[in-house]
Amino acid sequence: MENKVTRQLYMVPYVLWIVLFVIAPILLVLYYSFFNIEGQLSLDNYQKFFTPVYLKMTLSSFWYAFLITAITLLVAYPTAYLLTKTKHKHLWLLLIIVPSWINLLLKAYAFLGIFGTFGAANQFLELIGIGTQQILFTDFSFIFVSVYIFIPFMILPIFNSLNQLNPTLLDAANDLGASKWMTFKRVIFPLTIDGVKSGCQVVFIPALSLFMLTRLIAGNRVITLGTAIEQHFLVTQDWGMGSTIAVFLIIFMFLIMFLTGTKKRGV
Amino acid sequence: MANAIIEFKSVTKQYDNDPPVLDDVSFEIERGKFYTLLGPSGCGKTTILRLIAGFTEASDGEIYFNNKITNHVPANKRQVNTVFQDYALFPHLNVFENVAFGLRIKKMKNAEIEQKVKEALSFVNLEGYENREIREMSGGQRQRVAIARAIVNEPEVILLDEPLSALDLKLRTEMQYELRELQRRLGITFIFVTHDQEEALAMSDEIFVINKGKIQQSGTPTDIYDEPINRFVADFIGESNIVTGKMVQDQLVEMVGKRFECVDGGFQSNEPVEIVIRPEDLEITTVERGKLQVKVDSQLFRGVHYEISSYDQDGNEWLVHSTKKAVVGEEIGLYFDPEAIHVMRFNETEEEFDKRLEAYTDGSGHGK
Ligand SMILES: Nc1ncnc2c1ncn2[C@@H]1O[C@H](COP(=O)(O)OP(=O)(O)OP(=O)(O)O)[C@@H](O)[C@H]1O
Ligand SMILES: [Mg+2]
Repeated sequence: MENKVTRQLYMVPYVLWIVLFVIAPILLVLYYSFFNIEGQLSLDNYQKFFTPVYLKMTLSSFWYAFLITAITLLVAYPTAYLLTKTKHKHLWLLLIIVPSWINLLLKAYAFLGIFGTFGAANQFLELIGIGTQQILFTDFSFIFVSVYIFIPFMILPIFNSLNQLNPTLLDAANDLGASKWMTFKRVIFPLTIDGVKSGCQVVFIPALSLFMLTRLIAGNRVITLGTAIEQHFLVTQDWGMGSTIAVFLIIFMFLIMFLTGTKKRGV
Repeated sequence: MANAIIEFKSVTKQYDNDPPVLDDVSFEIERGKFYTLLGPSGCGKTTILRLIAGFTEASDGEIYFNNKITNHVPANKRQVNTVFQDYALFPHLNVFENVAFGLRIKKMKNAEIEQKVKEALSFVNLEGYENREIREMSGGQRQRVAIARAIVNEPEVILLDEPLSALDLKLRTEMQYELRELQRRLGITFIFVTHDQEEALAMSDEIFVINKGKIQQSGTPTDIYDEPINRFVADFIGESNIVTGKMVQDQLVEMVGKRFECVDGGFQSNEPVEIVIRPEDLEITTVERGKLQVKVDSQLFRGVHYEISSYDQDGNEWLVHSTKKAVVGEEIGLYFDPEAIHVMRFNETEEEFDKRLEAYTDGSGHGK
């Protein structure tokens, strides 16, 4: 009995936290989304979301998030695989994870320097005879920097699932006649798909609402839902529309979580 | 030999600069027989299987498969399938797909795959389990799935790495019968690894006793049980009484200060030797009639027999298996036939041992 009481006591900070900083803001966002720019209760904002401007913005957000996730996955999977083969794999993993502890803005500013007209990237291009190019404020630089930032988040879950893979399963596949590629296709990949899914979740969902990078690196050429929210709250002061977009973003996130949900498999 | 399917010639396996895991190992595996690799943990049994399967390469020596050198043939190109110690079934595939794995790799037609998998599953008494997930199978059933997954490919050799060690005693005995029966029906060569000597004796046509990366002795279960080559083999296979003594002359051995008639020969006179007498070959009798006089120290009831521990005046322990009860603390006599004595030379290799045995046996006594 007493045990139960103390356990509930321990729960108090956690529940408080969730209520104050997760549930309450979501409810507030939901509340604001029903007020139009004149402050009247209405569904105007929701109607507006389904106009071409916002639909196009949604589509482009999804497109960029998809590109970023796909490229991140293509880079992260082989990297995680190689990591599990190295001798001091946890040290290497740590080294790859460390950059993710550095503030996002700091990294973005670093890339401003590297990709700038007189930056290291252009100096290199000059050197090999291609000449100075406009790198900043292009789709390329936006995706490149985003991928760079998200890679550790993709590597971690994939590394974990690869690391848990029973190595005799690979021997078994080999024993049954499978080549290296077949073993990858039929055993390694299916058994690490859960890691891939959670990796894609932790990349795709934040990528949908990236906004600092769109301004700093993409020079506002890329407008995502995240940028739109920021603009509505800080520039146009249309909190209602900003909240509505946020509501849709939350719905998308839940949809994605639901669709890529991982079933626990055990043996 | 024409019938040899696998042959090891002076195979050595060494990791880095550690002492070799396998040290100059040579043997032949004949087609269609049931072989057992028996030895204590870490002696190199799994390493031998991994060399045959092709998961690792020998540091030195040659491995022949069907008289062709096979050292560098990759595992997926070998006519060998393995039943792993932990079964290594694919957790993301159901029973059917696990068994079908090898056939799908070979791009066999679906209808044919279906038929072969059904056949293999019925071979191991698992009809109707096709759609089960692996996690829904018991340990014994998983093991049978692993066997089905191996036999469905119709390999020439099946390697089994301690497949029964995870099972309880009753299931293990049952599976021993099933495995042996399966091997007879299929006629495939089985190489079975265990560190359980009873299992090895019960199942094998031929046993290789291994210790510290060397094959100590190979032969039929009765050969190895009756004529162990050295103390290690005698001790590892079954319970035994081992005392030191000397060979006065052929057919006459001295131990515990007495001389006994025996059937072994081919020794130098007065050569120091070790003598083995199995506990079940000792018979309890009166002090006067006994060849040895011992004092009963303790007694355990083992179900089929009593295990009696006794000591002679030199302090050697004598284990006796007897259906008759003894009285603890009493002096008794132990009687045995000359055939019960088995004399072992120190540091004799298997080759020398076989040669000596051939030289002095004339078909009586020790049959080899
Ligand atoms: N990859 C490896 N690197 C270094 N040493 C190894 C490696 N694999 C095995 N060994 C060593 O080789 C020796 C024999 O190993 P092996 O697995 O063949 O033993 P085993 O007879 O199968 O034992 P068990 O009955 O415990 O399974 C052990 O001492 C082990 O430590
Ligand atoms: Mg082993």
